[in-house]
Amino acid sequence: MLEPLFFAFFGRKAPKVKIIKEAFIILAISLVGEILKSLIPLPIPASIYGFVILFVGLYTHMIPLEKVKTTADFLIEIMPLMFIPAAVGLLVSGKALTEILLPFILIVCVSTIIVMGTSGAVTQWSMKGAKAKEESDNEGAI
Amino acid sequence: MKELFEHLLYFGVVVSVVGYEIGLWLKKKTNFSLFNPLLIAVIFVMGFLSLFHIQYEAYEESASLLSYLLTPATVCLAVPLYEQLELLKKQYKAILFGVISGMVSGLISIFLLSLLFHLNHTQYVTLLPKSITTAIGMGVSEEIGGNVTITVAAIVVTGILGNVIGEVVLRFFHIKEPIAKGIALGAASHAIGTSKAMEIGEVEGAMSSLSLAITGLLTVIAAPIFANFM
Repeated sequence: MLEPLFFAFFGRKAPKVKIIKEAFIILAISLVGEILKSLIPLPIPASIYGFVILFVGLYTHMIPLEKVKTTADFLIEIMPLMFIPAAVGLLVSGKALTEILLPFILIVCVSTIIVMGTSGAVTQWSMKGAKAKEESDNEGAI
Repeated sequence: MKELFEHLLYFGVVVSVVGYEIGLWLKKKTNFSLFNPLLIAVIFVMGFLSLFHIQYEAYEESASLLSYLLTPATVCLAVPLYEQLELLKKQYKAILFGVISGMVSGLISIFLLSLLFHLNHTQYVTLLPKSITTAIGMGVSEEIGGNVTITVAAIVVTGILGNVIGEVVLRFFHIKEPIAKGIALGAASHAIGTSKAMEIGEVEGAMSSLSLAITGLLTVIAAPIFANFM
């Protein structure tokens, strides 16, 4: 929309505004996610609605990959930084924990390891099963 | 000094990034897995706030840019996932099995451990959403009558733990397939585990994003069912 204005003023192609456009798409999707969150009474955050919208957009080619890629890669790279404030918040919320500190720590540690082990092992095992089946099917074909 | 920091708009972000850079440097120098940049950054900021007697709220406000970017960054996790679309189509069954088994094993283990430690109903349901991303976990905790503050603490500790010990745990369970590694990190320790998966590799990162989204959504349905068990 702004580009024709640039042409009119400068008589040449508008300067590169790639990042602005990319950020606009990503922020607009975040906004739509926020609107959906406020309309739908489920405990699903704006980010998950946005994640699905962007994925569907990319899948249907309504949003071309190169229109979001640079900014997306940047945001994902700096993502660990975004968890620092919440984690530092443990300084404050930690006080609420003193009563159940030991079971809390044990349950969190043990169940995290169990979930990681189970989901990883089951995925790996199912992949091997699928691979073996594929191979035996191919043998049958030959 | 204290009053000074409470009026500075940028100190939160700068202190956080400095802590993270120190963590990166330590990790590079020593290659010791406990020197996790995120963990070091958190300890650094906590130490900084304590040293100068700065209120957490003042820090939180001046670091709010970081929290602000979390939603758009999570939305962007769809990009690496889309880039691994072929793999996703090919392995969707294994991926679904893995994610569901991870979620169910998590809820069952929390139930059994809560019985073991004689936790009451509120304490038990508070811990149920611990493996899912904060924004979903808070909603779930509220819905099933948990203590939201403690749920958030459990979620953050779970995430940092998964980020710090993830590689060791995966090695211990002989999980070598990149897809399985990603699914495991996302299912166990949501977005914080996913940022670890992103560091390990593209496939791992993409699968971890998918895993955190599915685990989160399924937990919305499963946690209220498990809440009735105790």
